[in-house]
Amino acid sequence: MRIFLIICLSLITYSVNAQVKLLKLDDLDKRIANGKDTTYVINFWATWCSPCVAELPNFEKLRLASLKKPVKVLLVSLDFKSKLLKEVIPFVEKNKINAEVFLLNEPDQQQYIERIDKKWSGAIPATLFVNKKSRRFYEKEFTEAELNSTLLNLK
Amino acid sequence: MKTLILMAFMLLSAVSFAQTEGYKIGDVVKDFSLKNVNNKTVSLADYKYAKGYIVVFTCNTCPVAKAYQGRVAALNATYATKGYPVVAINPNDAGAVPDESFEKMQALASQKKFSFPYLLDPDHVVTKQFGATRTPHVFVLNKTDKGNVVEYIGAIDNDPEEANGTKTDYVKNAVNELSVGKKPVVASTKAVGCGIKWKKG
Repeated sequence: MRIFLIICLSLITYSVNAQVKLLKLDDLDKRIANGKDTTYVINFWATWCSPCVAELPNFEKLRLASLKKPVKVLLVSLDFKSKLLKEVIPFVEKNKINAEVFLLNEPDQQQYIERIDKKWSGAIPATLFVNKKSRRFYEKEFTEAELNSTLLNLK
Repeated sequence: MKTLILMAFMLLSAVSFAQTEGYKIGDVVKDFSLKNVNNKTVSLADYKYAKGYIVVFTCNTCPVAKAYQGRVAALNATYATKGYPVVAINPNDAGAVPDESFEKMQALASQKKFSFPYLLDPDHVVTKQFGATRTPHVFVLNKTDKGNVVEYIGAIDNDPEEANGTKTDYVKNAVNELSVGKKPVVASTKAVGCGIKWKKG
């Protein structure tokens, strides 16, 4: 009985925490390296960034269209860590976002901006298309068609 | 086919040129005259005894800019008397975001007791001259015989959420270095901020 309760409890906590996980760039790099033939479409956004919020549905469409392909859409929020429970998780729930959502857990933005891409000014929205062979970074907004064509042209 | 490629190339270079417009380190800044929250206009030339300026593009609504409001005030408190006053400019258009209106700027300035000017930039003229792209976005200027020279562009520090154990105060360091006649060691930095809300149409 006790074990059953523990399992239930951990399932509940898991489902709550699973919505938005904290992400370190090291973990992201590992995931890409272990991703075999998977292409990751990684969108950097924030709840306070209106053009980001406006383009999120395009990423959901891409995710749905790519379910059977080796493509993963990851949404990485640059919101403050202190806003995780108050703003980011409620936003994800309210907008019924089904893609994997993370909150970037890196304290030094000078460091992480450079690490994600040397050309990046830090402005969002920005999107990284990456697999084991290529890496393309765009500091821009994407339409659904642009997402599809960029993904297709990625070598 | 060759012409097509050439045309495409020219188009691309035009685009990349458009993205890099604005002041770079070493450029001389054109003075401006913008309306402050107290309805008086402010120009850089008004500060007869300034040795330089800390120009901060900031706004009413951006969470990142809000997180830095106290630090901007602290910069002015420390450096205005040393000859480097803060001059804050709101680059956003109230038509695009109503909460960026002049009245809301006045309310914020009085609520937070801004000790520095908080200027309206209608039609983004000065914002475009500087090439500011987000809030907050800082330009540290050094007054010289040839004019006000840009010596630092970027973030206030590398710690927006005040959670970075190894914080570096880029603007403070730059001003400290300028005040003893040195060039800033770190002259430009990157930062996440809110994009500028441009006038529609």
